[in-house]
Parts: sequence; structure tokens; C-alpha cells
Amino acid sequence: MSSKQLAYEDIEVGMEIPPLVKDTSPRMSAEWAGASGDYDPIHYDREYAKKRRFPDAVVNGRLKATWLMQLMTNWIGDEGILKKLGCRHRGVDIIGETVTCKGVVSKKYAENGEHLVECEIWAENPRGEKTAPGRATVLLPSRD
Amino acid sequence: MAEESLITEEMRKAVGSLVNIAVTEIESGAIKRFCKATEDANPLWQDEEYARKTSYGGTIVPSGYLITMQMEGESPGFYMPYQLSLKGAIDAGGEWEFFRPVRPGDVIVVDRKFVDIYQKKGSLGNMLFNEFETTYRNQRGEIVAKGRWTSIRVEAPEVEDYEGVKIERGEIKR
Repeated sequence: MSSKQLAYEDIEVGMEIPPLVKDTSPRMSAEWAGASGDYDPIHYDREYAKKRRFPDAVVNGRLKATWLMQLMTNWIGDEGILKKLGCRHRGVDIIGETVTCKGVVSKKYAENGEHLVECEIWAENPRGEKTAPGRATVLLPSRD
Repeated sequence: MAEESLITEEMRKAVGSLVNIAVTEIESGAIKRFCKATEDANPLWQDEEYARKTSYGGTIVPSGYLITMQMEGESPGFYMPYQLSLKGAIDAGGEWEFFRPVRPGDVIVVDRKFVDIYQKKGSLGNMLFNEFETTYRNQRGEIVAKGRWTSIRVEAPEVEDYEGVKIERGEIKR
């Protein structure tokens, strides 16, 4: 195992995952639309978004879910496996604002020979509101 | 006073049905665009030489790419299983489980099942919550991932109202 690889033994409940920071922009919205195939104008047309009762053009929810996956895969390294991830969209992130993905370890356990770690994860806007709270389960290698 | 139900007989009948099946061949150009759009520089997704030295023995597909298949909006192959009275879609979130790595060149078959519908009133007015289950299989028929997610339908202006552009007699007018 590489010395940089996170192992099950490194984990403590309450431990924080290194945050993932995303400075959102209209270009990012356009790139996501092209990459995902979701061209809903609420993510790039401010006037339309306002007609849809949003405060402004907003960051795509699936993009935020994808960033949360990235938060986890960056952390667990090549030998960790993302087993499960979910989030609910509770608030909006305005295009142009910074979205920060964060997480904290809530549980660690071994089951059927697998070393698993559960985390509370979320995306946060500059006002500290958790706009996409969720959970993730990862498998980590063990040094034992 | 009882709220007016927006849930039609057609909607109720559609619950439990397999809505559609979409086939996607994992293509490296699409992965490249996905990684660029999400600013994901993990070498496991794109650097073949690097990935060969890992236990995967080659690049694998980022999990997030799978969840772009069969999402609402303008995604190819997506349609709603009933007549829409509410035109706007909002993603309420979901949960995904990943069972096996997916690699470039794999052919992923996603089937989408419509599993529940319910109504609520909120800040965006009348909302219809549609729940879907997706199952992802590879070309060997192995289940690589599963998802369950909720799409909310809300009232929205017609396309011609929001695009702000009308085409009349070949001219574009704002």
C-alpha cells in the first residue's frame, strides 16, 4: 500500500474530510450542460430562472452530487472504493458563488471482511447553508 | 379545505412500470468532457499509464458520470411516463450504490422504473414528486450500479415565453 493511501486504521469518528472548493461560473454551467445533456435554462438563463421563482441562475443539483462523489474519491485514494452516496437538494447555489463540499466521519465498522466508513457529507454555500446534505459509505484498505 | 389532487389516474397507473431503457457506450471523449466540466483531475479516470499501475489495471469511469445517464432535462432517452401538466423539473436528490468498476468501452444499459408519485405544496407552488429507480448493467449483464432519485415537477412558463427569442419569417426577434 502506498504511504499516501488512506487506510481504515487512519480513520477516527469525527474526522473531517479535506474540503473540495468549487468557484462556480457561467462557463462551468455551460460545460456541465454539454457533458451531462441537461440543458434546463434554470442553470444558465437568469431571467428564466427568476420566472421559475429561483433567485437567480442556480448550480445543477447533479453537478453538486458529482462534486460530493469527487470529495470522497479524492479522499479515499486509488485503493478506496465509493460504495454508496446520496444527497438531497435543500437549497440553491447561485452561479458565480463558491460551493464548498465537506464531510465528517460518522461511523467505522468491519462487515463480511470489508472495512467500511460512513460519512455525513454536504455542499455548502457562502452563507454557510447546507444546500445538499447527504451520506456516503466507502470501503478502505486495511493495514492488518 | 382539501387540496386539489394533481395526480391523475394515468399517473397512478404508471407507478411500478419500467419507463425506458437507455444504452450508452462509454466513450473516452465523453469522460474527458465530464472530467473537465466537474474539474476532476483524478488520474484514475484519464491517465492510462498511471491507472495501469493501480489494482484496476487501467482507467475506470468516475461514478458521477453514471448519474448523468437518464437524468431529467434534455438527456437523450428521458421521458415522463404520463402527460405533463407541470412543465418545470427540479432535481430533489437521490442515492446511488456502486457495485463494480465501469471502464471505457463498456456498454451500459440503464433501465428506469417509475416507482412513486406524491404531491406537496411549497415555495415553488404545487409540486409533484416523482420517484425513479435506475439499474445500470454492463455488456456482461452484471449490475454495476443502482440509483433511486426524486424529480419534482413544478409550474413553469412555456418554452416560447422563457427563451426570449421568437423566430418570425426567418428573422430572429428579441
